[in-house]
Amino acid sequence: MNRRFALRWINALIVGAAGSVFATGALAQAKGAPAKAASAPAATAQTVKIAYIDPLSGPFAGVGSNLLKHFQFTVDAINAQQLAGPGVKFEMASFDNKASPQETLTVLKQVIDQGIRYVVQGQGSGAAAALIDAIEKHNERNPGQAIVFLNYAAVDPDLTNSKCSFWHFRFDANTDMKMEALTAFIKDRPEVKNVFLINQNYAHGHQVARAAKDLLAKKRPDVKIVGEDLHPLGQVRDFAPYIAKMRAANADTVITGNWGPDLALLVRAARDAGLNANFYTYYAGVIGTPTAVGPAGENRMRQVAYWHPNIAPDYPGEKQYLEFKKRFNEEWYALATYTSLTMLADAMKRVKSTDPLKVAYAMEGAKMTSLHGDIEMRAADHQLLQPLWVSSWTKVGGPNRHDIERTGYTWKTEVAFPTYVASQPTSCNMKRPARPQ
Amino acid sequence: MESIISQALIGVSYGLLLFMLAAGLTLIFSMMGVLNFAHASFYMLGAYVAYQISTWIGFWAALVLAPLVLFALGAVVERWGLRRVHKWGHVPELLFTFGLSYIVVELVQVIWGRAAVPYRVPAELDGPVGWLQSFNVIFPQYRMFMMAVALAMLVAIWLVLTRTRIGLVIQAALSHPQQVEALGHNVPRVFMLVFGGGSALAGLAGVVGGNAFVTEPAMAGTVGAIVFVVIVVGGMGSLAGAFVAALLIGLLESFGKVSDWSVASGLNALGANVGPGTPGYEVLKLTLSQVAPVLPYLLLVLILIVRPKGLLGTRED
Repeated sequence: MNRRFALRWINALIVGAAGSVFATGALAQAKGAPAKAASAPAATAQTVKIAYIDPLSGPFAGVGSNLLKHFQFTVDAINAQQLAGPGVKFEMASFDNKASPQETLTVLKQVIDQGIRYVVQGQGSGAAAALIDAIEKHNERNPGQAIVFLNYAAVDPDLTNSKCSFWHFRFDANTDMKMEALTAFIKDRPEVKNVFLINQNYAHGHQVARAAKDLLAKKRPDVKIVGEDLHPLGQVRDFAPYIAKMRAANADTVITGNWGPDLALLVRAARDAGLNANFYTYYAGVIGTPTAVGPAGENRMRQVAYWHPNIAPDYPGEKQYLEFKKRFNEEWYALATYTSLTMLADAMKRVKSTDPLKVAYAMEGAKMTSLHGDIEMRAADHQLLQPLWVSSWTKVGGPNRHDIERTGYTWKTEVAFPTYVASQPTSCNMKRPARPQ
Repeated sequence: MESIISQALIGVSYGLLLFMLAAGLTLIFSMMGVLNFAHASFYMLGAYVAYQISTWIGFWAALVLAPLVLFALGAVVERWGLRRVHKWGHVPELLFTFGLSYIVVELVQVIWGRAAVPYRVPAELDGPVGWLQSFNVIFPQYRMFMMAVALAMLVAIWLVLTRTRIGLVIQAALSHPQQVEALGHNVPRVFMLVFGGGSALAGLAGVVGGNAFVTEPAMAGTVGAIVFVVIVVGGMGSLAGAFVAALLIGLLESFGKVSDWSVASGLNALGANVGPGTPGYEVLKLTLSQVAPVLPYLLLVLILIVRPKGLLGTRED
């Protein structure tokens, strides 16, 4: 009760009278009173709550709780280094959306009721689309109480094209960008002849299948798509029938956007059935999958991602990777949890405010150097531009030094793609609110 | 051909797992008239208990001990739960097991967490079946083992029910409880044994199913509905019916899941010209794999309309 009241009060301060805080300070200064003492409490005792809306129960609970730790880790780093400006502290608040778009909207109401203004979500493009739509409506109806949505992993290209919103910022590379990189890699690999597409039956899975077909037709018209399956999201326990079908179709390459247990179980079934094919994945680095893959994936499992722990001999992110691993005994792979919150903090620091509208404008077009290279939040569609890597699963050794999930295996860079390679044009026609003064 | 064999094996092994589950459920129903909604929860508990035991003393011990734990648990639930509710009739019994299923899920989440636990197939059974490989069929040994366990269980139940004294008493207590009691048998204890036995069977299914698939809090929900389909399609209370229906649904799953056949492609094969212009094309082009999750329930509805007592059921009401 008290906390809620305090939050409202803080919001009122930020939104209604961000200027008046400074004005009071100025007034106090004019009076010759100790300026800092007067304005400091209001300006420094700020806690920015960030709502984490992702699955914390059900089949994706393992991934959800691991990524919450990712965010907690970043928040601690931001608070320790005061990255969001002096006295501005971040605090995570977690909400379980059970990976369902409907449930997401229910918890968004709680988020709004608690006066939280920043939302992070990523697991599931269906839930992300629902959030964008609901937040867009909420912000239109409640000017001055806007909510900003930082999407760290939902990769459906539509979210920054036909469904783009001023309040939505995506920190992962979208499906088209990743597939661009993946097919650029496949282009020079003659052993890829018969491709099988298996994906989850929802927005993201459909997009991966579509992008794979479009881009392969452009770059490798000789490649045959020998099969294509869509399966229910998070419901399949037994992938053996699909694997038997892949064998029968003589697939030498499997392209999949599956994540979490849907990928781990798929790979396990492939191993049990001795399927002799290479897997090109988006999410083989996600918690649990490396363990499921194990030695069976050696030189066979590939992934396209904005990061892996061995991207360079010496790079800034290595420190964070090791720190996270030491603290939680789990892998640190979702760099977008870091880029999103550090970019948010940086924007707050620059505009010296936590007002969502000001912060959103400050993030638009922002450029930073993150742990994996230079990044830019493209103003036109709020899609982050960043480098991408195609890597393969290999034994730990030499420059590939970080053992993943104690499997004795790790990711080795096959190709590093600079930012421009995967950049895609956008069809976003963004509606912007009036720019704050 | 190889692909048909492997799909069939996959379907049969899944079907046999379903049978292990359905057997306990249908036994309890036929003996006690109780539709046990918590049955799938006992399946889940079996998997978790087996996982816990396997981390301490290994899988083989878990295979024996976990069903015993579940037997004890089932007996306790019957003795101090169901028996008290029994006198109020069938609906309170149903509600009791319904509530119990929720409690079990919550308990499991409290004890083992919301994420899946790493319950693994034992190393001895990890790998494909050797003799099938010479036919170019790669089939995991563990699934073979799963089928063997299910068949052994089937034979054991049949022997107990038809060839032993206790089986005779159980069958008699089912249809004529008063007379059996008058003959000096303790009918409530027979019920307790049956409920415990049914729970143990569910537990056994959990032990072998938990590591073949995933051991997680959602596992009860995913099989719960399908097991009811199995016993309704097979005929409530019929063990043989459950066996046939489980295999049928297992095969439907494995072949349905990956079939690219659709009404449109079927009509086109017959010479019709169905294309995007045809009215209703959106529905006609749905492939079997897209509607596969719904097929068991479609079967359930069809059976209820055409043959309400189920394939091999005997109840006429």
